Amino acid sequence: MNTLLKLNDVHTYIGQYHILQGINFEAMEGQVSVLLGRNGAGKTTTLKTIMGLTPASKGEVEFRAHSIKKNPTYKVAKLGIGYVPENQGIFADLTVEENMKVAMRKEDTATLERQNYVLELFPDLKKFWKKAGGHLSGGQKQMLSMARAFINDSKLILIDEPSKGLAPIVVEKVMEAIVEMKKQTSIVLVEQNFMMASQIGDTYTLIDDGRTVHSGKMKDLIHHEELKRKYLGIG
Amino acid sequence: MESDKGGCTFLELLVNLVINGLATGMLIFLLAAGLTLIFGLMDVLNFAHGGLFVWGAYAGIFTYMFTESFLIGIVGAIVTGALLGLITEKLIITPVYGNHIQQILITLGLMLVLQEMIKVAFGPNGVAVKTPSYLAGSWEIGDVIIIKYRLFIIVVGFIIFGIFQYTLKKTKVGLIVRAGVQDKEMAQALGIHIKQVFLYVFMVGAALAALSGMLMAPYSGVIYAEMGMEYAILGFIVVVIGGMGSFSGSLLAAILVGLAGSFMAYYVPVLSLAVNMILMAIVLIFRPQGLFAMRKERST
Repeated sequence: MNTLLKLNDVHTYIGQYHILQGINFEAMEGQVSVLLGRNGAGKTTTLKTIMGLTPASKGEVEFRAHSIKKNPTYKVAKLGIGYVPENQGIFADLTVEENMKVAMRKEDTATLERQNYVLELFPDLKKFWKKAGGHLSGGQKQMLSMARAFINDSKLILIDEPSKGLAPIVVEKVMEAIVEMKKQTSIVLVEQNFMMASQIGDTYTLIDDGRTVHSGKMKDLIHHEELKRKYLGIG
Repeated sequence: MESDKGGCTFLELLVNLVINGLATGMLIFLLAAGLTLIFGLMDVLNFAHGGLFVWGAYAGIFTYMFTESFLIGIVGAIVTGALLGLITEKLIITPVYGNHIQQILITLGLMLVLQEMIKVAFGPNGVAVKTPSYLAGSWEIGDVIIIKYRLFIIVVGFIIFGIFQYTLKKTKVGLIVRAGVQDKEMAQALGIHIKQVFLYVFMVGAALAALSGMLMAPYSGVIYAEMGMEYAILGFIVVVIGGMGSFSGSLLAAILVGLAGSFMAYYVPVLSLAVNMILMAIVLIFRPQGLFAMRKERST
């Protein structure tokens, strides 16, 4: 299995604050790689650093064995990395259709086929096709954000806390969708909900105070009570 | 019915005041449209917008005088505005993105430089401008006199509004601009080169300001270096009333400001200058985000 994304000793500052202080992380092709850690550990900043939104000041970020550390965000996206931010980033005044269209970099047959695929995955989007993004429910916004990230044949999708603020039944739907999307793309998932993360994740990386403290296979972490207690406050 | 001022009928007076107000409103709209796009998308407070307006007026009018074609004059103004916009964005605006204080200081400085350069090149006195013969004069429809050039400005204003509305609502470029106005970060994360979009929007905004200056010239009959600052203030008022980033809001606000100015100048002349401020104050009290402000906040 090939390494798709590799972060090596990544440091990131936001203003004067040294947020990431040594992140090491690998995401493999065809897997769901989960970033775990407490609130404020640096998980979201790690995703933003990969996207170039908060560029790394030190270390290396490689995608398909090429450095993307200095790439502006739009170039990172064009390389095939989709991004679903924590707050979904829906354009509130644009309809569902327009949100999808603005994300499409090509309008070829393959893209339209992917659109049909995600609309089957998220039938609510089809139902509210002409509705403004700002009027969707939290779950529908999450689905739209994921659909938008998927539409451009993304090789990797970064998803930040997809279960946040959603009802359990909606979380289940989102989980099912991620499992389905995994058949066609690789996923890096930031998730506080350990139950969800453990069910769909293949590998994990634990982050604490902006540093990578542990990583391995998810099935091993499930039984590692000490790690879960120390870094996730559970168990 | 006779009006209480002069000898014209009420209908004639009403039509004249409305056309006058609409024409002024359209000119302010063209100026404000660029301003609202620039502020809405780029979060840039461009106080040099009036400078682009006055450069458009001079470039357009001198092209018109030289070529004797009003249409070529309009093209000259638009090209001048777009080029000035390109230079301004690259050299002046790029280093101050994200810092409103620096934006105000540097664009105010640029405004003064642009204004003084006009004085150096053309002297401090105004330049008289003639309306092209085919747009001069008026039509009489019954008792109502319609001044051709004012109607021309109204038609041009609505055509430009229509073109921009179509572009913003129905094309991919428009979608990208609207998305960028709402959430720049997310637009970039979808692969949109937002800085390039910024540049194009700035150039279009500058071209609209220049076009407005060019169309204003025959309307006022004279162009002078300080006219930029005077009209830019009206442009800012319209952007505040209409809502930052809203094209439709700017049109409605510009028409309101134009009509209010026109009616007040006739009925309560002492309030004609204050009416715009009063309108802005009322809107700010009851709807601080403006009449049609775009939702810029991210969904949660």
